[in-house]
Amino acid sequence: MRHIISVILENEAGALSRVAGLFSARGFNIESLTVAATTDSTLSRMTIVSVGDDGIIEQIVKQLDKLIDVVKVVDLTATEHIERELLLAKISISSDTQADVEAKLDQFNAKIVDAAEEAYTVELAGKSQKIKDFLSAFNAEQIIEVSRTGVTGVTGVCQKI
Amino acid sequence: MKLNGAQILVNSLKSEGVSHVFGYPGGAVLHIYDALNACEDIKHILVRHEQGATHGADGYARASGKCGVTLVTSGPGITNAVTGIATAHMDSIPMVVISGQVPSPLIGMDAFQEVDAVGITRSCVKHNFLIRDISEIAITVKKAFHIATTGRPGPVLIDIPKDITIAKMEVEEYPKTIEMRSYKSTIKASDHQIKKAAEMLATSKRPILYAGGGCIIGNASKELREFTHMTGFPITQTLMGLGTYPMTDNQSLGMLGMHGTYEANMAMHGSDCVVAIGSRFDDRITGNLEKFCPTAKFIHIDIDPSQISKNVIADIPIVGQTKQVLQALIDQMKNKKLADISNWWSQIEEWRKVDSLAYKKSPGVIKPQTVIEMLYEVTKGKAIVTSDVGQHQMWAAQYYLFDEPRQWINSGGLGTMGFGLPAAMGAKLAMPDRDVACVTGDGSIQMMLQELSTMLQYSTPVKIINLNNGYLGMVRQWQEFFYEKRYAMSYMEALPDFVKLAESYGHMGIRVEKEEDLKPALIEAFNQKEHTVFLDIVTDPSENVFPMIPAGGGHSDMLLAGRDEMVSKDETDFNAV
Repeated sequence: MRHIISVILENEAGALSRVAGLFSARGFNIESLTVAATTDSTLSRMTIVSVGDDGIIEQIVKQLDKLIDVVKVVDLTATEHIERELLLAKISISSDTQADVEAKLDQFNAKIVDAAEEAYTVELAGKSQKIKDFLSAFNAEQIIEVSRTGVTGVTGVCQKI
Repeated sequence: MKLNGAQILVNSLKSEGVSHVFGYPGGAVLHIYDALNACEDIKHILVRHEQGATHGADGYARASGKCGVTLVTSGPGITNAVTGIATAHMDSIPMVVISGQVPSPLIGMDAFQEVDAVGITRSCVKHNFLIRDISEIAITVKKAFHIATTGRPGPVLIDIPKDITIAKMEVEEYPKTIEMRSYKSTIKASDHQIKKAAEMLATSKRPILYAGGGCIIGNASKELREFTHMTGFPITQTLMGLGTYPMTDNQSLGMLGMHGTYEANMAMHGSDCVVAIGSRFDDRITGNLEKFCPTAKFIHIDIDPSQISKNVIADIPIVGQTKQVLQALIDQMKNKKLADISNWWSQIEEWRKVDSLAYKKSPGVIKPQTVIEMLYEVTKGKAIVTSDVGQHQMWAAQYYLFDEPRQWINSGGLGTMGFGLPAAMGAKLAMPDRDVACVTGDGSIQMMLQELSTMLQYSTPVKIINLNNGYLGMVRQWQEFFYEKRYAMSYMEALPDFVKLAESYGHMGIRVEKEEDLKPALIEAFNQKEHTVFLDIVTDPSENVFPMIPAGGGHSDMLLAGRDEMVSKDETDFNAV
């Protein structure tokens, strides 16, 4: 099963490689990993998406918790949570397809952030499934380039980790 | 007063109560050596190879319970130390390793003797640090010792660039305590879980205690003994746990696992309640997990939550220090009426009668088991025994009946050949009044021979018991069983004359070829209180370690010496290690 794991860790050089090294050394799977500083500049927040059975996810959480730099680990999937991912995509347009592309952008609530005669750069935030659905709404040749941030997440509005 | 970084570092070590540092100088640590030279409170042991420094500090730590300290230079200094760091990591040994680094401005420039020490050691330390400013030195040393010695102990590396050791700053007082928001070393075990465990144990009809290295590291032997006596339960110990409970006591079933006794493994197999205490269900213990303890419930006591339900799902997990948890269990069970387990003991006595460690002597050759039995006799079971890795290690574990914790020192987790000799040196430095024996083989001993030179320099009289069978015995045994006796690269054709070799290093050497000479030679060796003695004992090259659980087997599939043929050759054998 897919799990979203949120990690609060010391904002130290090398902390990221400790986490990445742990996953490769123990053969855990990483689907995506995002990290940035928090409002407290001495802490970073990392969101990891991994796939595994309950035993593996339990081990991942425990092994992460064991890292000295890690302050807190929460499996968001085990609680009420919000997940989002940001997509930047360049989509080609022509006089024939422009109207159709724009209709699709409207439908998904995607925003044009840069425009040229032959292509749009668009941004879209949402759950991973929405991003996937959006991308499959176009032909492969229409999509010039894609960059996704990977999932970030928080617990429900009344909880804090 | 202003001091340089090297002086601050050495003062910090002094404040931590460090008495011995095992190390080797080099360019990046010259300032540190200069400061160390001026410090009279810390004795430096100049090893002959950095791996010897880490094993030496490791042996020192295991024998004394204190933190081992190693100092090495950058580049090859630290890469040579890595094997010893990984060895300590696998066996949860407290150790602080200080490595020099090239000057800060040169980091990342492929400078002479530069290596990414923090990167290389990351996966085999509990934690590591790269110091970036002189003001970080004292606090980092404080953190390093705190992390290395608390919780589940382990090695911690401090990498320190050369320029920082010569920079100067006004001295501050060494921190007395340390708070780390991301590291909590004290874990209070759940009372609720302890109560549940006590209830399960009181009604268990076939209980067994399975104690590991966590009882030794956690100094829990006293509580373990009290608990075992109070309950009357049988107890088995892992390779890492030997001595935490007296092996000569009637409740002790000896070691369990791949080369464990028949009674220990059969009792595990037949048990309805297994209590794992500071042990981690290693693959050498469990054999085939599908066949492991088919009728048992598991109570698992460990300080490291990640060990619980990793290999075997715990019915009652208890996260906490072995010492505290055992004390709490004693308190809980004091007034409890326990189920009658006399039938269980009768069954165990039947298994004991199998006498699984029996072996046949043959005329004209010395059996390795006999050597260990005689070593036990001559040292009255009181010596500190270190070992290398292979057949001799298993025989030492099986036939030397350890009665005290910290008496048996071996590389159980990583299985590092070469560990035994420098570890014996470290143990002798920690416990100068004790007899120290290094049980080794002709393969292992050659991996760290150079430390014989260090042992002369610092007068650490150790008795080396070399079981010389001309083979890499454990490799040969597996090739005999699983590779149709194709002995690929397991025979050593050109061995040195170990007697002359020992003598050339300034020690004594005795060669033993006949069994009748064995005991006098051992007595002579241990009478030489001031000298390291190398006993080169020619042993039966065809002897195998039994009992043995074949790869893929469970605890009830044991093969016994002279009674079972090793014929198993299915595919699982080849996937096992």
